[in-house]
Amino acid sequence: MNHTMADAVVPKIPSKVAQRYKWEVSEASFRRILYICGLSLLVLLLAIFLSLVIASLPALTHFGFGFLIGKTWDPIRNEFGALPFLVGTLMSSFLALGISMLFSLPVSIFLGEYFRHGGASTLMKSVIELLAGIPSVIYGFWGLFLLVPLVRTLESHLGVAPQGVGIFTASLVLAVMIIPYAASIGTEVISLVPADLKEAAFSLGATRFEVIRKVVLPYSYSGIFAGILLALGRALGETMAVTMVIGNSNFLPKSIFSPGNTMASVIANEFTEATGSLYLASLIELALVLFMVTMVINILGKLIIHKMSVRK
Amino acid sequence: MKENSKYYAKYFLKGCGMNMGLRILVLLSVLFVFVSVGFAKDMELIGAGATFPYPLYSKMFDVYNKEYGAKINYQAIGSGGGIRQLTNKTVDFGGSDAIMGDKDLKEAGAPVLHIPTCAGAVVVTYNLSGDPQLKFTPDVIADIFLGKIKKWNDPRIAAVNAGVNLPNTEITVVHRSDGSGTTAIFSSYLSKVSPEWKEKVGAGPSLNWPAGLGGKGNPGVAGLVKQTPGSFGYVELIYALQNKMPYGTVKNKKGNFVKPSIASTSLAANTALPEDMKVDLTDTDAAEGYPISGFTWILVYKEQNYANKPEEKAKAVANLLWWMTHEGQKYAEPLHYAPLSKAAVAKAEKLIKSITYNGNPIMK
Repeated sequence: MNHTMADAVVPKIPSKVAQRYKWEVSEASFRRILYICGLSLLVLLLAIFLSLVIASLPALTHFGFGFLIGKTWDPIRNEFGALPFLVGTLMSSFLALGISMLFSLPVSIFLGEYFRHGGASTLMKSVIELLAGIPSVIYGFWGLFLLVPLVRTLESHLGVAPQGVGIFTASLVLAVMIIPYAASIGTEVISLVPADLKEAAFSLGATRFEVIRKVVLPYSYSGIFAGILLALGRALGETMAVTMVIGNSNFLPKSIFSPGNTMASVIANEFTEATGSLYLASLIELALVLFMVTMVINILGKLIIHKMSVRK
Repeated sequence: MKENSKYYAKYFLKGCGMNMGLRILVLLSVLFVFVSVGFAKDMELIGAGATFPYPLYSKMFDVYNKEYGAKINYQAIGSGGGIRQLTNKTVDFGGSDAIMGDKDLKEAGAPVLHIPTCAGAVVVTYNLSGDPQLKFTPDVIADIFLGKIKKWNDPRIAAVNAGVNLPNTEITVVHRSDGSGTTAIFSSYLSKVSPEWKEKVGAGPSLNWPAGLGGKGNPGVAGLVKQTPGSFGYVELIYALQNKMPYGTVKNKKGNFVKPSIASTSLAANTALPEDMKVDLTDTDAAEGYPISGFTWILVYKEQNYANKPEEKAKAVANLLWWMTHEGQKYAEPLHYAPLSKAAVAKAEKLIKSITYNGNPIMK
């Protein structure tokens, strides 16, 4: 009641005038701010790229292309090759992506098509969002103390060296970490499929499964793929959780159960104690390679999304 | 009426627009600059480097600040980072667990003094059922880390551990994955006791490990060792003591099996020390000393007049170092660090007295 009284006291018209006056003044500056923000992001990206290139110049000129195919990483003898880490990064990320898709796709269909509203759906959505908010060092410790013994048991049953840590364990941890990204975008995209399309299919006698398979999924492929791409980007760059469970061995991994290393975890592990310009430059070149890998995968992904949208 | 006055206040601010806000901002920042200049008059020293002595340093610097009013800001960014920052002349002193190499010294451009502050040790730890107390000879440790001794019941391990029932399990080697002073001390020891290690691997904070798994930090190694039956790794003595991990007794150069402890780490420095204190204590000659021990150092430029440093500040650095190697030593043992031996303190005194400003010694 008090509020409505107060509102009555304040004259309404000047407030509206002020609103319009303010809007007209800020129209141009608002647009300028938007331009500046957008442009500065672009400049920032370019600046990161350039500073990586400049800082890694000693290694770039010293090793050339050999950096990418070298198998030895020896800080004592100043011999640096990134192949084991490149392979480790790609193996762990793509394996994680495969595992996470087994969960993220069903979750997206479940939340985007079957249970869009209601308490259970809200609860599940917030739980998934919570997964994205857990700090990665906690994932790392969880992996080290819970997953590693489980994987070791699995490995001893399979007859491989029961070390527990390795690329497979890292992929499991990564998979859990990236599920929220793919799942929440997938949910959004699937729930945006126009109702009249689905209704048309139903009216033709399609079952729910057929509608999902033939209407919902084809319509939302590109969006789901975009979510997966975002998840992959996250997996490629993850450092802390991976380094705690991957085994940190600088050999080329022989199978998914062997210990390995990723580019991000090598940088995080060795940067603080790196002395000598070539060593430092090599670590920065590793960052540059990671940057390029992420970029190439993103560009490829965008091309695929484009193809998918055209087909639709 | 109250609502009205609020309303007009809002209007007034709007009328002034951005300009007024900007003016207030400028005023505030000018004020801030004055205030911070005022504070800067108190002596503040900046240091960066090794993480290993960080708990001790933060205790020491806290006490020193209370007693002498000088504020010391130490960033534990790792020995390599400490050397880089000192070379870039962005800090007053660096901290390091490793002696600066020839290349680092060249990049530094001027003589850098290594002043020891305390000693630490690295122990070998393992996971075997029943936690037996094991003894190791240097060649056995090296060959396990080279991947040449693969099983726990290897005759060479059994030879010095009569009466211990060693299982027929594989040895899983665990090492540090992050670059660290602990690895530097450990690998320097292995390089001294095993020619093969020296030739194939070498010594440094990060290595090309011939075998095993890597764990991040002491907790990472400890986690892997605790979880993996039959594992064998190395951690700092302090860490093993605090976490009640089993650790092995190691045969030293004089042929005695020495149990790692704070006392036996201090005793490792009971040997002929060079004047510049750039000494690697591993594989010590001392009969009672634990062989995998090492100093940690504060690094300072011998000539303190660089990067427009005032003489006052140079004096403060010298005074701090003097205090750390004397009164400050009593804080070492409660925190599980090995204090400097008398001989080491005497050498440190000489080094601190050799610090100059414009060529004149700061301390007489």
